[in-house]
Amino acid sequence: MIRHTIGRLAATVFIAVVLAFFALPMLWLASAPFDAAPAITTSIPDFTLSNFSAILDNPYALGSIRNSLIQGGGAAALVVVLAALAAYALSRVRVPGRDVLLYLLLLLSSVVTGTAAMVPIFELATRLDLIDTHLGVILVVSGGLLPAAIFILKDFMDETPTTYEESARVFGASSLQILRHIVIPLVRPGLATIAVWALASVWGGFLFQFILLRDPGKAPGSVILYTLYTEGGSPRLELISTFSLLYSLPVVAMYLFVSQRYGFRFHGGIKR
Amino acid sequence: MNTDAAGLGRARAVGFVLPALVLIGVFLVFPALWTIYLGLTDYRLTGLAAADPQLVGLDNYTTTLTDPRFLSSLWLTVVYVGGSAVLGQAGLGFTLAWLLRTRHGPLRRAVEGVVLLSWILPSTVVGFLWFALLDRDDGTLNALLRTPGMGWLLDYPLASIIVFNVWRGTAFSMMLYAAALENVPPSHLETARLAGASVPQQLRDVVLPLIRRHVLTNLLLISLWTFNDFTPFVLTGGGPEGRSEILPVYVYNIALKGGELGVGAAVSFLILLINLLFALAYLRLLRGRGRRRAAGRPPA
Repeated sequence: MIRHTIGRLAATVFIAVVLAFFALPMLWLASAPFDAAPAITTSIPDFTLSNFSAILDNPYALGSIRNSLIQGGGAAALVVVLAALAAYALSRVRVPGRDVLLYLLLLLSSVVTGTAAMVPIFELATRLDLIDTHLGVILVVSGGLLPAAIFILKDFMDETPTTYEESARVFGASSLQILRHIVIPLVRPGLATIAVWALASVWGGFLFQFILLRDPGKAPGSVILYTLYTEGGSPRLELISTFSLLYSLPVVAMYLFVSQRYGFRFHGGIKR
Repeated sequence: MNTDAAGLGRARAVGFVLPALVLIGVFLVFPALWTIYLGLTDYRLTGLAAADPQLVGLDNYTTTLTDPRFLSSLWLTVVYVGGSAVLGQAGLGFTLAWLLRTRHGPLRRAVEGVVLLSWILPSTVVGFLWFALLDRDDGTLNALLRTPGMGWLLDYPLASIIVFNVWRGTAFSMMLYAAALENVPPSHLETARLAGASVPQQLRDVVLPLIRRHVLTNLLLISLWTFNDFTPFVLTGGGPEGRSEILPVYVYNIALKGGELGVGAAVSFLILLINLLFALAYLRLLRGRGRRRAAGRPPA
């Protein structure tokens, strides 16, 4: 009994340390935006809200958040719909070489989405006339996210019992109806997780957005953040910290909404 | 899944998969093939070879494989993946999932909250956050530890990006293992405990066999993601003196800074091959386990 108590106490201490480790880097985001003269050090702010009005005066700041919403939302929607269709079909119908194909695509996606394919992607986008368009960003990033999305969703789909589908089929439901009314509700936490994951990766993405968009009026917040420097090249900390906070809020809000509504977990997923 | 329960049929299944495959084909496979082709040329960012690249065969590969900088970069990457993904993210993620499994209430919610927050914050924002934490002159960490002037990113570049990546990516492993542990019947653990098994023994004999597939899926995904992660560039730029130049940063430095796009493409293909080895090892482990289960245990 004593051993158990000590064990539990040690576990609590460990959890507290972990909590501090994860919270520490975020403190700056909570203090600097409200500080009249922020330094890099986290400190009790000399409280002000003037940084917020300053960032709102920046001609691209608000528009860039809208751009991020278009690009991130578009990519998340595209990834969820296409990945759900593909994962369902791959889970239910035996296709020769299915697993090998999935693993190969997964490998490709993690390598190619880095710096490796920058030149081909740029040339491709130029030839398809996708430079400086939201659609270009959406298509390129979705291509990179889809393999992992299909991979994770297929595990969810494998988990759902097929008996409901069999009975629905007996009553004459079409495949799309079965997918929409039976399978989707069952894997909803998985879809929600994929949507948050996709949006969060596009939201923070820099490389492709930077290459594919030249018009600053179309650039997302992750690119605009790197323009908040003085002419001498030193970072304007009051603007950067304030915009960082503003730019983080939508993803955090979305995560909270999704996790309240659908549950943000790999709930019982990913097993066979 | 052998039976076609939904009555999908081959044709409709192809129709379901096709849109995703087309998108992947155009924006992933095609650029990848193009990269492989570029790896066989002397394509450069500027100069004569930029306008008219020539095929040079395997020259780029021999250059790369004999470059001591590539070999040291490969070693750094192995340490980075092993330290931050396998030990750090998977280890800490599992520990958290295991410890929080029996807890409810504010502490659990707070831990899950900050861990997930560090995962979903935009990477560009995260870069600035870690600068503010580790800065040499005004960093929060130095202020806390009372070690002014301590250049964490300069003196311990590899350790810094390892800790950073643990912070950044533990959430995925934690969530995955939390879901996995829900599949372990509490009665099995209780039985093991009453039989006098210590916690490590319980983990090895009861938990691990049940969540083995999750462990392998998790290790594959986070290894791949970490292996190809460019984010450390924001913190150290690969320096000082290449001491944190992991392979993705090496590619960037060769291809864009050095302008040797052909060599960069060749290195990317080598990275792909190394990743393939990871995946094959993973598949092998998974398949080995499937066979053993089929032979040793009655069907569930």
